[in-house]
Amino acid sequence: MNEIALDCRGLLCPLPVYQASRAINRLLPGQVLRVECTDPGSLADFPALARQRGLTLVSAEERDGVQMFRLRRELAA
Amino acid sequence: MSTAAVVDPERAAPVPVKTRRLALVASKGTLDGAYPPLILAATAVSLGWEVGIFFTFYGLDIIHKKRHRRLKVPALGNPAMPVPMPSLLGAMPGMTAVATGMMKRWMKRSRMPDVGQFLDIAREGGVRLFACSTTMGVMGVRAEDLVEGVDIAGATAFLDFAAAADVSLFV
Repeated sequence: MNEIALDCRGLLCPLPVYQASRAINRLLPGQVLRVECTDPGSLADFPALARQRGLTLVSAEERDGVQMFRLRRELAA
Repeated sequence: MSTAAVVDPERAAPVPVKTRRLALVASKGTLDGAYPPLILAATAVSLGWEVGIFFTFYGLDIIHKKRHRRLKVPALGNPAMPVPMPSLLGAMPGMTAVATGMMKRWMKRSRMPDVGQFLDIAREGGVRLFACSTTMGVMGVRAEDLVEGVDIAGATAFLDFAAAADVSLFV
């Protein structure tokens, strides 16, 4: 499976980012982590997490109060 | 796969980063004073940063084996209480227990880890916990009174760590 799903709905900062970071630690090159959140701060936090962890933020969407982010670990440069 | 407009392409691009370092001073021994440094530390660990926290003066209670479980929210002189509380009322016996119980309920309802769980997160993430040796001497705290995994150190050792920090905050 090339996409790993993580449900962080109902969690507040720093928990979505903390849970995501644990999943990122296990993410293989080319794999995508898909995170769903409801903390409105996540819209600002996940682009920052991607930058700090050197991942590509493939998509960020918000629908019915749920934010969904896709973060990809690129193949080693 | 759709890319929504909320992604600023400039911010979405991955940036190769050197390992960043966060140095915190935790100086408050209240429940509400313990959370901000612990949350910042957990966040920085999540970003892959190195983190060190210098626990000094009342902040030392955050890493005190027994006292970290009994941190309180002061009702006296706290104008941010949910029900505006006249200062004199805040001085009444039991009001600190009320304020503390209220915050603990909020935290639990939000599924927020307690102080002990945040300390576990910090240690798992390799956060260096510096216990201020001067505070220990002044307040009669012994090494065995502190949680596992702390470094007893003076301000010099902490500043040596903080000298290489990208972000330094006094909480």
